[in-house]
Amino acid sequence: MIPLSWYLVLSAALFCIGLFGVMVRRNAVAILLSVELMLNAVNINLVAFWRYGDTTSMAGQVFAIIVFAVAAAEVAVGLSLIYSIYRRRGSVIADELDLMKW
Amino acid sequence: MDASVVIFILSAALIIASALMVVSTRNLIHAALWLIATLFGVAVLYAVLEAGFLAVVQVVVYIGAIAIMFIFAVMLTRKEMRDQGAQVNAAWPMAALLGLLTFGGLWIILSKWDGLAKLPAAIPGGADGTLQQLGIALTSPDAFVLPFEVASVLLLAALIGSVYVAMNKKGS
Amino acid sequence: MSFLSDPINWIFTGLMSTFQGWGLNPTFATVIADLLGVIVLITLLMVLDIMLVWVERKVVARFQGRLGPNRVGPFGLFQPFPDIIKLVIKEDITPNGADRFVYNLAPILSLGSVLFLWAMVPIASKIYGTDLNVALLYLVAAGALGTLSIIMAGWSSNNKYALLGAFRQVAAMISFEIPMVVALLIPTVLSGSLSMKVISDVQGSGRWFFFLSPLGAVLFLICAIAELGRSPFDLNEGESEIVSGYHIEYTGMKFGLFYAGELLHAFTFGGFLSILFFGGWQGPGADTYPLLGAFYFVVKAMIGYWLIMWVKYTVPRIRIDHMLAFNWKFLTPLSFAMLIVTAVMHSLFQELMKTNYWFYALVMLASNLLVGWVTLEIMRASTRRQRQTVEAPSDLLSKSWPQH
Repeated sequence: MIPLSWYLVLSAALFCIGLFGVMVRRNAVAILLSVELMLNAVNINLVAFWRYGDTTSMAGQVFAIIVFAVAAAEVAVGLSLIYSIYRRRGSVIADELDLMKW
Repeated sequence: MDASVVIFILSAALIIASALMVVSTRNLIHAALWLIATLFGVAVLYAVLEAGFLAVVQVVVYIGAIAIMFIFAVMLTRKEMRDQGAQVNAAWPMAALLGLLTFGGLWIILSKWDGLAKLPAAIPGGADGTLQQLGIALTSPDAFVLPFEVASVLLLAALIGSVYVAMNKKGS
Repeated sequence: MSFLSDPINWIFTGLMSTFQGWGLNPTFATVIADLLGVIVLITLLMVLDIMLVWVERKVVARFQGRLGPNRVGPFGLFQPFPDIIKLVIKEDITPNGADRFVYNLAPILSLGSVLFLWAMVPIASKIYGTDLNVALLYLVAAGALGTLSIIMAGWSSNNKYALLGAFRQVAAMISFEIPMVVALLIPTVLSGSLSMKVISDVQGSGRWFFFLSPLGAVLFLICAIAELGRSPFDLNEGESEIVSGYHIEYTGMKFGLFYAGELLHAFTFGGFLSILFFGGWQGPGADTYPLLGAFYFVVKAMIGYWLIMWVKYTVPRIRIDHMLAFNWKFLTPLSFAMLIVTAVMHSLFQELMKTNYWFYALVMLASNLLVGWVTLEIMRASTRRQRQTVEAPSDLLSKSWPQH
C-alpha cells in the first residue's frame, strides 16, 4: 500500500521542476511545456486526494477533467499566440519580446 | 512489497527524470518527447490510483493532442532545424534556488499535516462503479453539469480564438 | 470445465498446477502464466501478419487484373517468407544527421501501438486479454501513440519529404479522430457500455448494431480508413509528390516493422468494425464453443479488412484540402447529427426494445435512413448551387468589349 505522502511529495517535486522551467527557459514554447508539468502536478494531487478521501464523491476526478479541458484550451491559445508573434517578430525568445518594456 | 509499490516507484522515477530533461535539454523536440514520457508516467499513476478513465483520457488528450501540438509548434517557430544558443537565461541559479525553496516550503507544510500516512480504502463498487459515478456526476444537475458545460464553451472559445489569432490576415 | 467450453481457463489452470508442482509461489506463477498468454497472442498476431502480406498482394493483384504471387508454394502462399528474408538481409542505413534514438524508437512504437489494441479485443466469448471498462477510449489512445510514432519517424529522419509526409498524416489523423470518436459513441449509446466485450455480448442472435445504425458503420469505416492512412486518404505517401512519406529513410526490417504495423492495423480495424457493428464473435454455436466464436471473429475481421482493401484499390487519392474539407464540413457535422438522432431515438424507444425488439430496430433503421436521405438532399442542393455558379453564362464577353 502506498501512503498519501508519496503522491504529495512527487507532485510537489514535479511542480517545482515545472516552476524552475518556467523561470529559466528562454523559448516561449518551452515555457508552455513547463506550465504543462505544473498542471500535471496539480492533477496528480487532485486524483490522489480523491482516492484517499471520499471515493463516493467524484469532485476530485471531475476537477481533473476540467483541468484537462483548461490545459487544452491554454495550449491552443498559447501556441497560436506564439506562432503569431513568431510571424510578426521572427523570434520566440521571451527575452527579445520587449516591445512593452522601457 | 506490493506490485503497486513497484509500479509507483518506477513511474515516479520516470516522471521526475523526464521532467528534469524537459526543463534542461537543449533540443526542443527532445523536450517535447520527454514531456510525453512524463505524461505517460502520470497516466500510469492514475491507473495505480484506480482512475482508469483519467489514465486513458490523459493519453488521448495530452499525448494525442497537446504533445503533438507542441511538436508542431516547435517545428513551426524556428528558422533552422537545430536549436542554437543558450536555452536557459542567465538567472538560472536563482531560479533553481527558488524552485528548491518552494519544494522545501511545501515539504515543511506537508510534514506538519497529520493526514499524510493515510492508506487508501477499498472503493465500493469497483472500477465500473467509479466510471458510472463519474458519468452521472458530470451530467447530473445536482452535481457538476454546469462546470462541465462551461468547460465545453471554454474549449469552443479557445478553438475560435486560436484560429483567429493564428490566421494569416492579408495586409498585415 | 473442459477445453471446448473455456479454453483459456483450461490452459491457465493446467499451467498453474504445473508451475505449482515445480514449487513456484502462486503470484509469481500467475505473472508467468499471464506473460505466456501475452507472448502467445503476439506470436499468433505476427504469424497472421505474415499471412496478411500474401492476402494483401493477392487481393490487389485481383483488383488490378493480375495473378499476384504464384511461384513460391501453392498459390504463392510462401511468398511472404522470401519477402521477409529480403528485408532482414538488407543493409540497415541510418541517414546522416538523423536523431538516432528517436529514429530507432519510431518503428517499434508504430507496431506497438497496434499490438496494444489487442489487449482488449474480445476474440470470443471467453477468449480475451482483459475486459477494459474504457476500451473504446483505449482504442483512441493507442491511435494517439500511432500518431506520435509517425511524427517521430518523420522528424528524426532528417528528410524534408519524410517531415512533409508526417505532417500530412498527422493533420489527417488528428482531424479524423473527431468523427471517429463520435462514431464510436453510437455503439456505446446502443449498448450502454464502453467495453468491447459488453458491446459484442449484447449483439447476440443477429441483433447487430449494423441494422440499427448502418450510417454509423459507414462513418466508422471512413474514419478508420483515414486513420490507417490508406487510399483515398493516403496523402502521407503520395509517391508522385513526396516519394513515400514518413518512412522514406527506413530500410530493412525497420521499414518492415512499419509495413507489418500498417497491415496489422488494417486487419485490426476490420476486427473493430466487426465487433462494433457486426456482432464480433457472435454466431451459431459460438456461445458454447468459444473456438468457433474465434473463427467467426477472424472471418468477420477478414471481411472488414477486405472492405478496406476494396476501397483502397478502387478509389484514387484525393487532394489534401478536399480531404480536410470533407472531414470538417461533412463527416464531423454528420457524425454529430447521427449521434444526437441515435441517442434521442434510443432513449425514446428504450422501453420498446425489451418487449418488441424488431419494431425498435425498424424505428432506429428508419431514423438512420432519414438522416442519410436528408444528408444526400443537402449535398445535392449545395453541389447544384456550386455547379450553377460555375456554369453560369459569363457576361465577360459582353461587358469587356466596347460596343460598336
